[in-house]
Amino acid sequence: MLGWELPPYNSGGLGVACYQLCKALAKNNVDIEFILPYKADHNIDFMRINSAQPKGVKDIIASGIAYDSYKYVKTDGTIEWVDIYGQQAAYEHAVARIAKNVEFDVIHAHDWLTFRAGIRAKQQSGKPLILHVHSVERDRAGGNSGNPLVREIEYMSMLLADKVIAVSNHTKKAIVADYGIPDDKIDVVHNSMDLEDFEHLSGDTSHTYIEAMKKQGYRVVVNVGRITIQKGLTNLLYAARKVIDKSPKTLFLLVGSGDQERELIELAAQLGISRNVIFTGFQRGKRWRDSYAIGDLFVMPSVSEPFGLTPLEAAGYGTPSLISKQSGVSEVLKNCLKIDYWDVDEMANQITAVVSNDSLRDELHRNVYKEYIKLSWTDAADKLVNTYKKHTGAVRV
Amino acid sequence: MKKSIVLYMHVHQPFRIRHYTIFDAGNDHRYFDSHYDDRTNNERIIHKVAEKSYIPTNRMLLSLLQRHPEFKISLSITGTLLEQLAAWSPATLRSFQELTATGRVEIVGETYYHSLAFFYSQTEFESQVNAHRELVQKLFNQTPTAFRNTELAYNNDLAYWADNAGYKAILAEGWDPVLGWRSPNYVYQPAHTSNIKLLMKNYKLSDDIAFRFSDQNWVEWPLTADKFTHWLNESGDATNFNLFMDYETFGEHQWGETGIFSFLEHLPNEWLKGDDHTFMTVSEAADAHEARDVVDTPYTTTWADTERDLSAWLGNPMQHQSIIALYELQSSVMQSDDVNLIHDWRNLQTSDHFYYMCTKWFNDGDIHAYFSPYETPYEAFMNFINSYHDMKFRLAEKGFTV
Repeated sequence: MLGWELPPYNSGGLGVACYQLCKALAKNNVDIEFILPYKADHNIDFMRINSAQPKGVKDIIASGIAYDSYKYVKTDGTIEWVDIYGQQAAYEHAVARIAKNVEFDVIHAHDWLTFRAGIRAKQQSGKPLILHVHSVERDRAGGNSGNPLVREIEYMSMLLADKVIAVSNHTKKAIVADYGIPDDKIDVVHNSMDLEDFEHLSGDTSHTYIEAMKKQGYRVVVNVGRITIQKGLTNLLYAARKVIDKSPKTLFLLVGSGDQERELIELAAQLGISRNVIFTGFQRGKRWRDSYAIGDLFVMPSVSEPFGLTPLEAAGYGTPSLISKQSGVSEVLKNCLKIDYWDVDEMANQITAVVSNDSLRDELHRNVYKEYIKLSWTDAADKLVNTYKKHTGAVRV
Repeated sequence: MKKSIVLYMHVHQPFRIRHYTIFDAGNDHRYFDSHYDDRTNNERIIHKVAEKSYIPTNRMLLSLLQRHPEFKISLSITGTLLEQLAAWSPATLRSFQELTATGRVEIVGETYYHSLAFFYSQTEFESQVNAHRELVQKLFNQTPTAFRNTELAYNNDLAYWADNAGYKAILAEGWDPVLGWRSPNYVYQPAHTSNIKLLMKNYKLSDDIAFRFSDQNWVEWPLTADKFTHWLNESGDATNFNLFMDYETFGEHQWGETGIFSFLEHLPNEWLKGDDHTFMTVSEAADAHEARDVVDTPYTTTWADTERDLSAWLGNPMQHQSIIALYELQSSVMQSDDVNLIHDWRNLQTSDHFYYMCTKWFNDGDIHAYFSPYETPYEAFMNFINSYHDMKFRLAEKGFTV
């Protein structure tokens, strides 16, 4: 299994999805060797974790979010900061080295950063390669075509792979449209949530100020995620302006960091809603959980969201969601509000409805929670085990 | 005394609320006008239902009335539908008038707006019943002597009211917990009343036609008039078989392709083969039979869902909040003396709006979803509550504090 991150060293949903998927696969008696591009203790016992270190490198220390540079500590004591392309190339060489020494039946690689390594391992071993697509470049580029180098890697890898797994129909369509990969080469395996890993709220909320404002009659709209063009937060702020005109006692809480953060802070000021929009920066742990819980509505207005776990997490913490129809999770979740990401008026209309009607909020949550408690990765793991068997020639169960 | 089939059909369409946003509120007061192609466009739905159901069914019913002098039916037609027919399908309205002109079609009284006003405002309820009576008198030249409440919502209080209002008969669901060991195939007297009779729906026989008719997994499929009549003959001691259903069963809930029209065509012929068989309207059945027993219904029953209660309309907080908020506007709306405002307020009372907000079984994509023009119950709620906000805006403009 080739992956780029695992919790708690994850920058977002990819690491969580890999972790929970592997756990469900392990329950299905799949023996997993998980190869990461950095070295850290993850406290995981259901699979072996290996770090792909190039020759002459003693330690790779992840820093910040996935797209930041990593610190390579070499055996001679010198330090080098390596950017994402460098890391990718280093990972590829290291995986090729590991593949020579480890026995395995199938290569399962998650997202483009590991795809070249996957191809190398396939070339070397002749074992089947399954590419798991959590997002394509177009998603990450917010609907623009994105980085041509990345597109090239995605295109070539999917062409060479034995099977492609997409996390949603939305993503499958994007793969077919962008790369011309045949429809029947791509299976959809929806992400899910592992409720065993649910971390309960504890103690008083860390949002003391917001809690106090709620007692004054304020209602809170939350977004948790990277602040980047893909997430459609510009439209959320335009909608926020309209919501605040109708319901002045509405706060917007944006939890996360990213390349668009400063731009959005400025936009909020330009729109004259700075006093209603709160940027918290990147959070994890208790503050992250409390952010979901303090909300009356969670909004995921993504321009393109291959899956999008956050509305499920929000449901677990007691908050219903408004999500864009351009998301994979909208294919599985029924009891939430859905809008087109570009439809700012409708976004504002629906947010206003929730913040001004507690009965709508409560009924949405009561019903989405029923969906939430049924979530499990079991179906996804079963589908993948069958895919493995098909491609390794083993007898199917 | 001859055994009778009492065939009663309810005909209704609401004024559906269009996609109406909080930004429309205060700017555009037309809640019920959407683009012709929208799912919520009322005119388009009237055209569709008229073509699939009203026109062919009325043609069939008229021909049956002409062929069989003993054939009789009862209909209740809401004011909201009659208004829409007058505007968008006058030919359909005329075809209903042709039916009543035979003198063998009884129009049953109800609330003009198909509302649940009985449970929220007695004065409003009575205004709507009176408005409906006046419209029936004007269009069909008869005065209702039988009463049915919206969704067959019924309890002792309603029967008491209808008795005092002078009705001969009132309709209710023949729900087992109420009937106990008794059969729905007789006429009863509601508890605490003096003159009125109670006719209770035989839901098993009615639903064989209304729901199961086209179900190919049903052991009795296909259902023929011959087979159905045979069941009635076999059911032993009985005076009247109360077949109560939505009129739209014919051609809309059960499409023409299922053979439902052929069933309807042959039913009178098959049934009237028996010497002691006939058809009666609901008021005739009430006149013809002594009450077998007194039926006590302290709590409200309806003809909907497995619960037979009001939970499909009032079961969740969104529904509850909406209806309470709406009736809170009553005194200001009435004081406003603004005909359009009053009419809009009343059209918002139509029970269908609350039904669309029902979340029971939304996950299973069931019958509620089939009848709703909205994708989700939440969408239905938002359109409604925004219309309500606009009502408040209009009232505030007139100087009312709301």
